[in-house]
Amino acid sequence: MSKALVYLDNNATTGLAPEVLEAMLPFLKDQYGNPSSMYRFAGTAQEALNKARSQVAALLGAQPEEIVFTSCGTESDATAVYSALRARPEKKHFITTRVEHPAVLSLGQYLEKQGYTVTFLGVDNKGRISLDEFQRALNKETALVSMMYANNETGNIHPVEQVGALCREHGVPFHVDAVQAVGKIALNMAALPIDYLALSGHKLHAPKGIGALYVRRGAPFRPFLRGGHQERGRRAGTEAVPNVVALGAACALAAQHIEDENTTVRALRDELQKRLLAAIPESVVNGDPENRLPNTLNISFKYVEGEAILLMLDQLGICASSGSACTSGSLEPSHVLRAMGVPFTYAHGSIRFSLSRYTTRQEIDFVAESLPKVIDRLRAISPYRNLPDDAAPGDCAACSCSCSNG
Amino acid sequence: MWEYTDAVREHFLNPRNAGEMKDADAVGEVGSLACGDALKLFLKIQDGRIVDASFQTFGCASAIASSSALTEMIKGKSLEEALALTNRDIAEFLGGLPKEKMHCSVMGQEALEAAIRSYRGEPPRPHSHEGRLVCKCFGVTEEQIIKAIRENNLSTVEEVTNYTKAGGGCGDCLEEIKHILEDTLADKAMNGAGGSPLPPGMRDLRAPKTPPAAPLSNIQRMQRVMTVLDELIRPRLQQDGGDIELLDIDGKTVSVALKGMCGSCPSSRLTLEGFVQQTLQEQVEPGIMVREAAS
Repeated sequence: MSKALVYLDNNATTGLAPEVLEAMLPFLKDQYGNPSSMYRFAGTAQEALNKARSQVAALLGAQPEEIVFTSCGTESDATAVYSALRARPEKKHFITTRVEHPAVLSLGQYLEKQGYTVTFLGVDNKGRISLDEFQRALNKETALVSMMYANNETGNIHPVEQVGALCREHGVPFHVDAVQAVGKIALNMAALPIDYLALSGHKLHAPKGIGALYVRRGAPFRPFLRGGHQERGRRAGTEAVPNVVALGAACALAAQHIEDENTTVRALRDELQKRLLAAIPESVVNGDPENRLPNTLNISFKYVEGEAILLMLDQLGICASSGSACTSGSLEPSHVLRAMGVPFTYAHGSIRFSLSRYTTRQEIDFVAESLPKVIDRLRAISPYRNLPDDAAPGDCAACSCSCSNG
Repeated sequence: MWEYTDAVREHFLNPRNAGEMKDADAVGEVGSLACGDALKLFLKIQDGRIVDASFQTFGCASAIASSSALTEMIKGKSLEEALALTNRDIAEFLGGLPKEKMHCSVMGQEALEAAIRSYRGEPPRPHSHEGRLVCKCFGVTEEQIIKAIRENNLSTVEEVTNYTKAGGGCGDCLEEIKHILEDTLADKAMNGAGGSPLPPGMRDLRAPKTPPAAPLSNIQRMQRVMTVLDELIRPRLQQDGGDIELLDIDGKTVSVALKGMCGSCPSSRLTLEGFVQQTLQEQVEPGIMVREAAS
């Protein structure tokens, strides 16, 4: 068991589904025609594009002509944001959140330098935005609101339906970065008040290098890449046919399995959470347990540092990620956890497990058995964890007593 | 993914001399939970020679490996020999550290120095909150930056950040680090590369010895609160069979948990407001508020 890979980092990227590989292979081999060409050989590629577009649209409850293929989630986000802003150049206010993925967060910071007023909405200690604060931020100058559907680190699901409704009321376009949500929770664009929605293939068992942007019919659009007439002039550049086909197949599979995400995957995640909290003292779940993606568990362990935990898990073949400073390449812990006000005593020791429909019970068992030993080992050498032997049991009892009183 | 050498991996996975030493002759502590790494070094000293060493470390793999390496390197050395070790020696012992992780080796060297100073009864090197603070996010002083530049022949601001963390947070002090770097390099060129101590008076030129009572930065406040808790408040509570734990500091609000007898004591509110908060207000800053964290 310890030799096999236990991959619990599906919010970072996912493995290619075998059916997806099967679907894309012909277009990597014999079917290399350019969909823009006139002969029948290229017609196969064109048909494949059409089919994929319908598959993506079906998963989202959208119309095929509302789907634009891009190279990744980041490109989809940038395309949407610039489309909306350029359509109303006189308006100079942009609203987003402090917990966005860098794809949008960095755009916000950049726009600030370009003379925009940018509101970065805060979150409470569970990572929830406040609709009141949002409503107060909206004004006549607001050109666009961009909010993630679900947070990549905590899995928190934001109230995009309510936010979208408020945007409609004020006539403000609304973009949603749904990279983490698509394929994990059911979406119906026909009913949701959302104008733009970004998704990424490699988060739902398609390969890297493919994304899509939903653009509601009638929403303003300006191409991000100019050039040929591909994607009806909305995204120039020869279509990455194998990747587009793969995204279509992955979306069709996701639609079939969306129920599993919310039953099987959720049950495994809940079990992992329950067992870790029970086995490891001074551990807390980050985020909003009531309103979270079914596959994500963000959990913090006091007195230990995330990178050290990850490397010890790596020795066991377990893949996860951390919001600690040491893993981010910067010296600050995760901007999401800090925005939530997670105490520094916990932020440095945060670990994210993200499951997929391929996660097995055996894998969860293995992690639930292994992680407590890893934490024990690191706590044993941590200077913040050295209660005198005789004092320890008494202290703990008194502590839990005082906690329940408070 | 960091590229760690085999030696770093080995010392991380199988750390040497890990754990508390109950009968240590000297203890040196650097870092804090807030910064993301901390090292407590224990030494057993006989006839001016380090006969045993152990450590406790909170931090990433390279922090743990640097601590482990340090204890192996100093065992058997005289205090003078040990003090001659630099952070570069620690990094070299491990076959090198990623440049972003060099501050882990600096932490080792600082803990060693702190331990030996306390053993000799010398006052601890000025705490970072007493020197002129350059990086407010990580509490790094001008003195620490100059030392890192001199000992490691640093030549760019980015290197200074990698070795000291200074400038790695909000980035407001990057410009200042650039000036310190330029001054130090110019000074080094004049005085040779011997890493001589700062010429007398040089600090006075740039920073008055007694800076105006500026508002505390978060890191300064954090460090003072921790010191006052450890030195004044906890010993008093422990006399009564209680204890207190610091959970978080958010601005001027200090969150704590009362433990032991204090946790179940009916007058715990009195303890918090009358004793803990008052002591912190007197010793740290008048505006400090203490609240008991509900968990």
